[in-house]
Amino acid sequence: MKAIITVIGKDQVGIMYRVSKVLNDLHVNIEDVTQTIMQEYFTMLMLVKIDESKTDFKQLNDALSALGDEIGVSIRTQKEEIFDTMHKI
Amino acid sequence: MAIYKDVLETIHMLEREHLDIRTTTMGISLLDCFGRDHRESSRKVYDKITRLAENLVKVADEVGDEYGISIVNKRLSVTPIALAAAGSTEEWLLYAKALDNAAREVGVDIIGGFSALVHKGCTKSDESFIDAIPYALSETSSLCSSINLGSTKSGINMDAVRRMGPMILKTAYLTREEQSFGCAKFVAFANAVEDNPFMAGAFHGIGEAENVINVGVSGPGVVKTALEGMENASVDEIAETIKQTAFKITRAGQLIGREVSRRLGIPFGILDLSLAPTPAIGDSVAEILEVMGLERCGAHGSTAALAMLTDAVKKGGIMASGHVGGLSGAFIPVSEDNRMIAAAQDGCLTFDKLEAMTSVCSVGLDMIAIPGDTPAETISAMIADEAAIGVINNKTTAVRVIPVYGMKEGDTADWGGLFGSAPVMGINRFDSSRFIERGGRMPAPVHSFKN
Repeated sequence: MKAIITVIGKDQVGIMYRVSKVLNDLHVNIEDVTQTIMQEYFTMLMLVKIDESKTDFKQLNDALSALGDEIGVSIRTQKEEIFDTMHKI
Repeated sequence: MAIYKDVLETIHMLEREHLDIRTTTMGISLLDCFGRDHRESSRKVYDKITRLAENLVKVADEVGDEYGISIVNKRLSVTPIALAAAGSTEEWLLYAKALDNAAREVGVDIIGGFSALVHKGCTKSDESFIDAIPYALSETSSLCSSINLGSTKSGINMDAVRRMGPMILKTAYLTREEQSFGCAKFVAFANAVEDNPFMAGAFHGIGEAENVINVGVSGPGVVKTALEGMENASVDEIAETIKQTAFKITRAGQLIGREVSRRLGIPFGILDLSLAPTPAIGDSVAEILEVMGLERCGAHGSTAALAMLTDAVKKGGIMASGHVGGLSGAFIPVSEDNRMIAAAQDGCLTFDKLEAMTSVCSVGLDMIAIPGDTPAETISAMIADEAAIGVINNKTTAVRVIPVYGMKEGDTADWGGLFGSAPVMGINRFDSSRFIERGGRMPAPVHSFKN
């Protein structure tokens, strides 16, 4: 299952490291990543592949939300399908 | 990757523009529950609903979490209860309470279908049912009621229309402690649709399957934002943008609806894309009209702007989903839209202008507070007018007015939450009673010679 992770928040040291660490711990593979600073906000988008035999979606979502709360940024995890469906005919 | 632009656009819609799935409504047929013994029948009703809808809330929340779009309301609609045989208010109350208890048991906030279809005539059973509605609405919390009074094929049942005024006033009186809130849970329809997922008018039509999932998507904020950058655009360019935006919103709803239906093992019915405002800032249909260039909703030009909006929304929605149904268009519930409330307070939006706007919006006179001393015949006459607009123009119309007990024009009724607050509107004080007292049945309109 593929999902898109969106991280938006005030820039600080180690955001990418900490997100990647959670993904690593849950055996989630990063397939693509893009990151930029938009109007002083750190904005990172990741395309990841979740190995459903090892991690379920909820587990990943909960872990990332908890991390977001801890470091004060918004982290959303959404199945990739939603974006394809909405924007392609 | 190109997809990232789409991701950010979607996130923007979700976080700033209130894009959400407004409701996932499970329709349940109760035809096999109705028997001669109302005690046994109401027990069967409770058992069937609690069995079929047991997992609705859990599954809908799971799907919403996975796609990152919240499904705000989980609701139930059932076969019009007036089809059950009962003969007294006490007996109908058994059904009302069975529905209310079942809704509470499965954790949904509203259950619709305490309804009757009397567009051509009332049975004995229907007549006692109408008498029971005020009690049902005042003695339950999550129950919604509706009556279909007319259709393009059969005309308008004016005998039933005559009964509406006193019935609505009684509901207002019985729920006077909550500013006559009971009336906000009742809708008088013409050309009611059988698969509408939105409340208070949802019921599971008799031509529907055993069990079905219908989805209602909203998003006035998304449309408003899309139009904000178009100061110099012509009307057709605006219509095109609305259509494209409606397409995106509908696709999100289609995906979520199908997934909920798959996981529950229940067929997907229809998707209803209706711009349904909430009192939240930026979640307003009236504000879209303002962005189009009207100083306030209700100014001259409002009917034209709303007509274009409703039509463009329908076009975008139809392209995006295999089964678009329900009401699909734009709702104009006064108390639930903060810019409409402001327009009413400024004196720009009047009852008569609202009536004109209902000839092109997707439903009708919705969530309008009127003075508590409005005569019953005047309320019936409002319903007759609205039904006539629907019947002649072959569209759904509805009336949900709240004659707030003890309040007069200029006061403000506040029901809180999604229902919002509304200034009590002035109404025409001239008498309609002799017309309403005639009763009878208004003949079906001719379908050619359209001028």
